[in-house]
Amino acid sequence: MSKIAVSTTVNGDPAEFLCDAGESLLDALRGSLGLTGSKEGCGSGDCGACTVMLNGQMVCSCLVLAVEAEGKSIATIEGVAEGSVLHPVQRQFLEHGALQCGFCTPGFIVAAKALLEVNPDPDETEIRYWLAGNLCRCTGYDKIVRAVSAAAAELRQERSAA
Amino acid sequence: MTVQTYHAPRTREEAVALLAADPAARVLSGGTDLIVQMRAGRAAPSSIVDIKNISAMQAVLGNDGRYTIGAAMPCTGLLRDEGLCKAWPGVVEAANLIGSVQVRNRATMGGNLCNASPAADSVPALIAAGATVLVVGPAGMREVPVEDIPVSPGKTSLAAGEFVAEIRLPVRPPRSADAYLRSIPRTEMDIAVVGAGVSLTLDEAGTCTAARVALGAVAPTAIVVPEAGAALVGTKLDDAALDAMAAAVRAACRPIDDKRGTAEYRTAMAGVLAKRTALIAAARARGEA
Repeated sequence: MSKIAVSTTVNGDPAEFLCDAGESLLDALRGSLGLTGSKEGCGSGDCGACTVMLNGQMVCSCLVLAVEAEGKSIATIEGVAEGSVLHPVQRQFLEHGALQCGFCTPGFIVAAKALLEVNPDPDETEIRYWLAGNLCRCTGYDKIVRAVSAAAAELRQERSAA
Repeated sequence: MTVQTYHAPRTREEAVALLAADPAARVLSGGTDLIVQMRAGRAAPSSIVDIKNISAMQAVLGNDGRYTIGAAMPCTGLLRDEGLCKAWPGVVEAANLIGSVQVRNRATMGGNLCNASPAADSVPALIAAGATVLVVGPAGMREVPVEDIPVSPGKTSLAAGEFVAEIRLPVRPPRSADAYLRSIPRTEMDIAVVGAGVSLTLDEAGTCTAARVALGAVAPTAIVVPEAGAALVGTKLDDAALDAMAAAVRAACRPIDDKRGTAEYRTAMAGVLAKRTALIAAARARGEA
């Protein structure tokens, strides 16, 4: 079986890889591109650990074929921080202790950042519903929800100052 | 067997030719069922025909009050069409109860229908709405009522080489509305124990002149219950009419027992849920919600 060549954009940079027809985008990201921040938890779209942005929409990369990335734009957890400067969502996760083992964290960060881009001032219910597709088995969700809420407040302040 | 080939046709004709040429090919829309089944070994297509690059397959088109939705339109994409949300709030809310945001950004009503799960959320809503689908295949095109597509769990009436290209919603008379509710033990990310879709029309005095009631997860496929709709017509949805509708709903249920609910619970719940759904649809039709 011949490999398929895919040209795409990952975190703003052009990226090319070879994949099999049935290979998942998650496997291509982690394998061919060496971006191991996105995790495979369930492989069935339940846990959200593999969440990435595909053309601006958050998706489970385990449920996207790698070949579908052709010509598209992908954003992963690796592109969330700017160099060594953490995104407010990342910083607030640290400050609130919103992680223990950290396996679910990349997915939560990508999903939470996506929420704050469409809804700068979400209430707790909105945060919980938006993050319903991300599972954490360590900390419980309260600290995560508080971290997202704090990040939202920080981002609103940044915006009003700008 | 692993997938050998991935195709991304640009036209319906090309997709039909690819599907007709390979009986073991599968259509890829959002992939939220197909890719899971492939990983679990429950589906082993030799090739994949991705229909998302075909023109209008991810569009919502409104024309003289009718809506045509591309079969590969993601569920969250429906929310961006204000006219559709206003005309068919029940269809849009049903599609947006499926999975998580991540899943709904990919999952489509075409896929929800063709996956043929008895518990598919958007299907009872589409059946209640009187929706049809445009089926494209080697023998040409045919328009089929949504309820005629699934035939049993995981099986559809589509012939070899056929696929669903469009979902069509009819013109709305004034004072019409729809609603969909599902019962799950959680609030999100679960599969319906029971689903109920109701679409109805009221006259100026508030009397119901037309009603369709459809159910999910209480039979091998989503079903329409004509007797339940008939029980509402000619009434003002008073308690007696709602009780008669619920009785018709319960009589139509043929559920299974499983970990999500017993057959007895599903049957009882179907009546309760259909009533609540009808009241929401009526409130919307009166412009109250």
